[in-house]
Amino acid sequence: MTALYLTLLIPLAATLAFALIGHWKHAGSLNLLVCAATFATSLSCAVDVFNNGALMSPGKLFYVDAFNVYLVLVNALVGLTTAIFSRPYMAHEVEIGRVDDARMRLYHSMYQGFLLTMLVALTTNNLGLLWVAVEGATLATVLLVSLYRTPESIEAGWKYFILCGVGIAQALFGTVLIYFAAERVLPGSEDALLWSVLKDHAAELEPTVLTLAFVFLLVGYGTKIGLVPLHNWLPDAHSEGPTPMSAILSGLLLNIALYAVVRYKMLIEPALGNHLPGYLMMGFGMLSFTVAGILLHRQKDIKRMFSYSSIEHMGLMTLAFGIGGPLATFGGLLHMIVHSLTKSAIFVTVGHAAHVAGTQSIDKIRGLIRTQPSIGWSFLLGVVAIAGFPPFGVFTSEFLLFSATIKSWPLLVIPLLIGLAVAFAGLFRHLQPMVFGEPPAGQVPVKANMLPVLLHLLVVLWLGIAIPDVLSRWLDQATIMVVGRGLL
Amino acid sequence: MSLTQLPLAEQFVLTLAALILFTSFLLLAQSRIVSLIHTFAWQGALLFIATCLMAVTSGRHHLFISAFMTLALKVFFIPWQLRRLVVRLDIRREVETVGNASLVMIGGGALVLFSYYVVQPIRELSFLATRNTIAISLAVILIGMLMIITRRKAVAQVIGFMSMENGLFFAAVVATYGMPMVVELGVAFDVLVAAILFGIFFFQLRSGIGSLDVDHLNRLHEVDR
Repeated sequence: MTALYLTLLIPLAATLAFALIGHWKHAGSLNLLVCAATFATSLSCAVDVFNNGALMSPGKLFYVDAFNVYLVLVNALVGLTTAIFSRPYMAHEVEIGRVDDARMRLYHSMYQGFLLTMLVALTTNNLGLLWVAVEGATLATVLLVSLYRTPESIEAGWKYFILCGVGIAQALFGTVLIYFAAERVLPGSEDALLWSVLKDHAAELEPTVLTLAFVFLLVGYGTKIGLVPLHNWLPDAHSEGPTPMSAILSGLLLNIALYAVVRYKMLIEPALGNHLPGYLMMGFGMLSFTVAGILLHRQKDIKRMFSYSSIEHMGLMTLAFGIGGPLATFGGLLHMIVHSLTKSAIFVTVGHAAHVAGTQSIDKIRGLIRTQPSIGWSFLLGVVAIAGFPPFGVFTSEFLLFSATIKSWPLLVIPLLIGLAVAFAGLFRHLQPMVFGEPPAGQVPVKANMLPVLLHLLVVLWLGIAIPDVLSRWLDQATIMVVGRGLL
Repeated sequence: MSLTQLPLAEQFVLTLAALILFTSFLLLAQSRIVSLIHTFAWQGALLFIATCLMAVTSGRHHLFISAFMTLALKVFFIPWQLRRLVVRLDIRREVETVGNASLVMIGGGALVLFSYYVVQPIRELSFLATRNTIAISLAVILIGMLMIITRRKAVAQVIGFMSMENGLFFAAVVATYGMPMVVELGVAFDVLVAAILFGIFFFQLRSGIGSLDVDHLNRLHEVDR
């Protein structure tokens, strides 16, 4: 239990500390240390869950089970590795004068604030607090999106703020409706929004209210997931903000919004006795997958291109949870990890590649492998991994998902395969000249720490070859929670 | 059961709900920025009275805390801060003609009908007073959204956003006597932070694109040209 509290308190303290002391030379290193501490405590929390099962804090406010503990771990890990990347990257940004000390103070404080809200969203037992934390994540990152203060970044920040704010407001209305339904079962109880309580009373909740609530919740959190047609903020925010932000936005934030939707689906689908939530998710997922795959082709900015790839993968996961059943759900849960790790690794590489070329324009990034082989190779491998090639983990999860689709919705496999091929073509068409092309004269290597990328890709590779026993046990338990029966 | 047979307090809550909806329409049509801010403050004040009333009639005294948070935040702090920013940015005299105002108002009316339609299944199983108020709070939320869509000035969009929050708060109060305290506090904190961030954004918009007219935000496209 202490480990869980520490996991939340360390980033909280760091947020305040960075805000108070401001920026100084070693702030980047301190940020790294704090993230390492958070990772250590979350690891100890995970070990605790592994040994003793689900944990509940005495006030019932926090709850960690097999479903969220692995996401907590992924969260802390990506937070840590992105901090490793962010230190030299942001130092370079200061050097070339894109940000000043005041903004670095904001950056570090909000980096921790963002990780804090993500961890609260994952570990809280209170569905209302989950909303507060997800909205808090928007608020923490909105000024980071406009950190460079260019007209484009300000536009992206404003869009992000308004669209996500409006979207997430729908989710709050959904939450109010859930509470309304719960109040009728548990009158006058302060516990009526607690996940652990609601789960036990799911069957008694009024189905009509829940159906309505789910529509609002899916639209609300769906905005945050980046589901088409609510995705407009995502490519802008990811491409205009500083690259470490893109890595954690793509790698973590989208996952957490999806986590929220799946939690609600776990509650609502059994109560309704029909598959309406699943069908809605399948529709949104399929649409996002297809549209993002096509739009991928038309991008000229490298970070925008990969944010469309994020939309595509989030669509795939939403589809997986929508299809339901143990196989698809297991695949979806696994895909959440491998996508987070691969996508954040790609953004880290893209950040360095943009420094090498001095631009984010795909047309101008050329010959990475010759200028700086470490960046070129990581970029190549990252894209190979995200495109779903064996032996990387993305292949495994997509394979599981496709097998499940063949079993329950055979015809859906055709658009899925076409979509994958389209996205694959889009990625590789752009990748080829960027990695192998002729480097422009005068392009020199930059100081880059490729450890985060290496680490992420190794984990993804490992997950592609063999899923460790701990993880498969967690994922299976989570699958049991989501669909009622396990895969293994 | 007809309206006149309801207890007096519930009749009063329904009247307040109607007035809150009315202020939403006022916000939708109001073209002067300062009046917009004042109307928003009035909406907050109505919300405060409604919450106090619910606290008294239901005997749930934690609602008083929510009520006074509303008073402090939505009646005083946010309007005060918006007014101060408007003065500092020197846009007090600016008038925003709402494009196609009559169409927008009809749209608002349609949203009210739509809300009643959506809430229909819930209304069947709830008490008379809550039935109407849930539909009205949803209408306030949707009209806030409509306002964000139709307005071009950043300040008006912010007021639309905050009025959506009012609708959400009203829904929580009338449907369920408020959310659990920890959630109420969290939401209030988010609103407070959002209000401050909006202020910062006004200055960024002013320095970045030279005006607070959101129409000038047109550099980023879905498909790069």
